Amino acid sequence: MKLQLKGVTKRFGTFTANDQIDLTVQPGEIHALLGENGAGKSTLMNTIYGLHSPNEGEILLDDKRVTFDGPGDAVEAGIGMVHQHFMLIPVFSVTESVMLGYEPTKTAGMIDFAEARHRVQEISARFGFDVDPDAMIEDLPVGAQQRVEIIKALSRDARVLILDEPTAVLTPQETDELISIMRQLKEAGTSIVFITHKLREVRAIADKITVIRRGKIVGEALPESTETELASLMVGREVNLATQKEPATPGEIGFSVEGLTVVSGSGKVVLDNVSLSIARGEILCVAGVDGNGQTELAQAILGLRSAVAGTISLDGTNLRRMSVKERLNAGIGFVPEDRSTDGVIPAFSITENFVLDQYDQQPYSNGVAMRPSVMREAAVNQTSRFDVRLGTVDDPISTLSGGNQQKVVLAREMSRDIRLFLASQPTRGLDVGSIEFVHRTIIEERDKGTPCLIVSTELDEVSNLADRIAVMYRGVVVGIVPGDTNRDVLGLMMAGVPVEEAYTQAEQHHTILGEADEEAQA
Amino acid sequence: MSEQPTQESVAAVRAEPRHEADTHLQPIKWKFPITYVLLALLSLGAFTFLTPSGAVTQFRLATATDIVTLPAANLPSFATALVLSLLQLGLGVLAVVAAARRIKLGLWHPMLFGLLFVLAFLVYAGAGRGAFIPVVTLLAGALMLSVPLIFGAMCGLVGERSGIINIAIEGQLLAGAFLAAVAASFFTSAYVGLLAAPFAGAAVGGLLVWFAVKYHVNQIIVGVVLNVLVIGLTSFLYSTVLTQNAEMWNARQQLPRLPIPGLSQIPIIGPVLFNQTILVYLMYVIVFALHILVFKSRWGLRMRAVGEHPKAADTVGINVPRTRVFNTVLAGGIAGLGGAYFTVGQGLAFGQEMSAGQGFIALAAMILGRWNPKGALLAALLFGFSTSVGQVLSTIGTPVPSEMLLMLPYVITIFAVAGFVGRVRPPAAEGVPYIK
Repeated sequence: MKLQLKGVTKRFGTFTANDQIDLTVQPGEIHALLGENGAGKSTLMNTIYGLHSPNEGEILLDDKRVTFDGPGDAVEAGIGMVHQHFMLIPVFSVTESVMLGYEPTKTAGMIDFAEARHRVQEISARFGFDVDPDAMIEDLPVGAQQRVEIIKALSRDARVLILDEPTAVLTPQETDELISIMRQLKEAGTSIVFITHKLREVRAIADKITVIRRGKIVGEALPESTETELASLMVGREVNLATQKEPATPGEIGFSVEGLTVVSGSGKVVLDNVSLSIARGEILCVAGVDGNGQTELAQAILGLRSAVAGTISLDGTNLRRMSVKERLNAGIGFVPEDRSTDGVIPAFSITENFVLDQYDQQPYSNGVAMRPSVMREAAVNQTSRFDVRLGTVDDPISTLSGGNQQKVVLAREMSRDIRLFLASQPTRGLDVGSIEFVHRTIIEERDKGTPCLIVSTELDEVSNLADRIAVMYRGVVVGIVPGDTNRDVLGLMMAGVPVEEAYTQAEQHHTILGEADEEAQA
Repeated sequence: MSEQPTQESVAAVRAEPRHEADTHLQPIKWKFPITYVLLALLSLGAFTFLTPSGAVTQFRLATATDIVTLPAANLPSFATALVLSLLQLGLGVLAVVAAARRIKLGLWHPMLFGLLFVLAFLVYAGAGRGAFIPVVTLLAGALMLSVPLIFGAMCGLVGERSGIINIAIEGQLLAGAFLAAVAASFFTSAYVGLLAAPFAGAAVGGLLVWFAVKYHVNQIIVGVVLNVLVIGLTSFLYSTVLTQNAEMWNARQQLPRLPIPGLSQIPIIGPVLFNQTILVYLMYVIVFALHILVFKSRWGLRMRAVGEHPKAADTVGINVPRTRVFNTVLAGGIAGLGGAYFTVGQGLAFGQEMSAGQGFIALAAMILGRWNPKGALLAALLFGFSTSVGQVLSTIGTPVPSEMLLMLPYVITIFAVAGFVGRVRPPAAEGVPYIK
C-alpha cells in the first residue's frame, strides 16, 4: 500500500514536533526515517498510527485521504506498528496478545481459542517464525517478543508496517533475522517504515532514506551514501563518528569485584558469580542486551542492591558491607541509567542538583548549615567547564534538555576526586553532539587514571569507548574480550555463546551488518 | 589495549566453562513446609495431649429435613485428635519432602491440611463438653457470613482487573444495604429491595471511576472519601427519615428461602447450600460466570489488558476509559447486591454502619485469592468459616476465648496482605491513571 503524508504538522503547546512533513512510501518499499533522538520521528509515526491527531496536513493511503480517531481506525485502514517499547502484556500468552482487540468469538462473547491459536500458527508458519502460541510473553526473549508484535500487525492484514527503533533491543544476530523478515515482507508487498538513529542499519536495509531533524525533513538519501554523509545530514554539521582515543595505559588494578552474586526480591539469581577487575586508566564496558543483569551489577556496586556473596573492592577496601553514602565517600562517581528519575530531581534547581550527593560535605556545608553561595559558585564554574547550556543555575533542571541534564550529572560526579567512575547507559536518549561530549569526558577521566566501568547496551558506544569488553548474559559474564572485538563475536556472546565458540561461529557466518561494514571498509 | 588482563580473563573463562544461567535452580522455599510441620505439632501438643482422657466429642450432623437422618457422631476425643494430628504431621513431612525434591503439590494439600487442623481443633474444643457441635449450623453460618465478602471480593476483582483500585467496597455494601432496606420497605417487597440495591453500589462505583478516570485523582483517596461519604449519608438519613417513620421507610422485609427440591435434602450440604434465598443462588451464578468470563471471554481479555497495560490496549483500539468506567460501575452493582444481604437477605432493618468493615475483609479475600474468582471465593469462605467457628464455640463454651477465634480472619488478612501466601501479583496498572 502506498502511504503519503502531505504537510503534516503536530504541535504540543508552543513546541512544534513535526513541521510540514511530506513523505511518500511506495508499496513494497523499505523506507528508513533517520533522525536523532528527539527529532520527531516517533511523534510522526504515532500520528500516522492514530495515537495523535495532526494539527495540519493530511495522510493518504493509496491516494485516498484518511483520518484516524484512534489506533483502531489506523489498524482498520491497514497500518501496523511495532512500538519501540513493545505493546505486549507480560502475563498474557502469545495467542492472547495477538488476538487482543480482534478476538474471534463464539456465542456470548466467548473467545474461540482454537481459531485464535490457528491464526498465530498460520502466520508463524508463513514467515518461518518459531513462536509457541501458548508461551507467556514474559518468558520470551526480546527477539521473540518482537516477532509476536510483527505477527500481531500481520494478523490484522497490515500493508504498511511501522517499526520504531526495532533493533534497539536486539543482538546483531537477532537484527539479522529481523532484516530477513523485513525483506520477506517487502517481497509480499508490504510497505515498511523503519525508524532509527543507527546509521549502519539504514545503509544495509533501506531502499530509501528520509532524514528528519528538529521536526523537519532535511533531505533524502540513498543507501549508497556514506555514514559520514548521513551523519552530517542528520546532525546538521560535520560530525566525527568515532571518538578519538589514545590507547589506554593501564596501571595497577584499581577496582574489582569477585564472585558477586545478587538475588532479586522474587528469589531469582540476577547476578551470578560475577568477577571482573579494572585497572587505573582503563575503560571496561559491560555489553549485553538490556535486562541481563547489567543494571543490577551497577546497583550492587553502588549499594542500591545488596549482594548475597562476593567482594567489591576499591583500592583494596571491601565495600560490600558499606552503605551507599560510605561508598560514594570512598570515591565512586555514579551516573545512573535513568537520568530523569535517578540522576536528577527535576523540580530542584541546577545548583541543588549539582550538590545532590555532596550537600553535607565541605565546602558546601558548615556543620548543619549549607552554604548556598559556595554551592552556587561551584555550580556556575563547573557547568561552564562542562559546557552546559543554561539560563541561570537557579532554574529548575527540568528546563534543560536531556543532554544538558546529563552534563550536569557528569559535572557533579567528576568535580570531586573519584576513584571509580561508574556509568549506566551514559548517553541513552541524547543527541549526537551530547554523545560526543560525554564520550570525550569519559575518556579524559580515564586518562586521569580513573578506572571506568561503563554499562551500555549500544554496541556503537561500547566499540567507541571500551578498552576491554565484558559481555553479560542472564546474570553471568560470558567473557571478557579486547575493545576492538568484532561485533559478530560480541553479538553471539550477547546471546550466551562462550568466547571461543563465538569466534568460530562468527568466522563461519557473517551478519548482514557485519558484511556491510566490511564492504564499507574495503 | 592492555594485553595482560585480557589473557587472564580468557583463561578464566576457559578454566570454568559457563552454561546458561537457566540451569540455576530457584532457592528452595522452606516457609510453607515448616509452617505445616509447626501447625501439626501444635495440633499434636495442644489439641491432642491437652484433651482430657476418656472424653468424648459429639458432632451433630443432621437437620430436621434430611431424607436420611445421620446419627450424631460420638468420637473418643483423644484418639480422634491423635489420628488427625498424625495425618497432619504426615502431610507436613510430605510438604518437606516435596520441597526438597522441588515437586509442586496441588491445591488439595493445603485444603486437606486445613480441614484436618480445623477438625482436630473442633474435637479438642468440644471434648467432654456434653454439648453437641452443630456441624450444619457451623457450615450454614460460614456461608452466611461469607456472602457479603464474596460479593465484595468479586466487585474488587472486576474493578482491579480493569485497573481501578476499589477501597470503597465497604461503602458500596453499605449503600446497597441501605437502598435495599428502604426500597423493600416502601414497596413492601423484598424483591424490589433486591432490584434497587445494585444501583446504590453502582452509583458509588460511578463516582469512584468518574474521579479516577476523568480527573486522575488518587484512587485510594477517592475510595476512602467515598466510604466516609456513604457512612455519613446513610447515618444521617437513618437518624432522620428512617427513624421518624420506620413503618414506611425501614420496615423489615425478608427474601424467602427457596429450597431446591431434592438437592436441599442431601445430608449436611443440602440445607447449607441449597436452602437459600435467590440472592445466594445469584451469588453462585456470579462467581461461576466470572470464573469463566474473566479468562475466556472477550470482555475478560480486554478487561485484563486494560488493567495490565492500558497503552497496549489503546494501540489495538480498545477504549481504555470506557472499559474502566463500565467495569467499575458493573463491579459496584455486584457489591450493591452483596449489601442487600445485610438487610433483605436476612430480614433485618437497616442499622447504622451495619456493614462493619466487611468491605475491607472482602478486599483482603480478593488479594488472598490473587485476583482470581475461585481463589477469592475460597478466601472469603475461609474468613466466613473462621468467624462461624468463633461464634459456634462461644455458645457451647470452649477452653479458648472466642474473641481469639473472632480475631482469626484479621490475622489471616494481615499475613495475606503482607505477601505470606507467595508472590502476590496485582494487575500491573492498577491505581495508575491512563493519560495519553
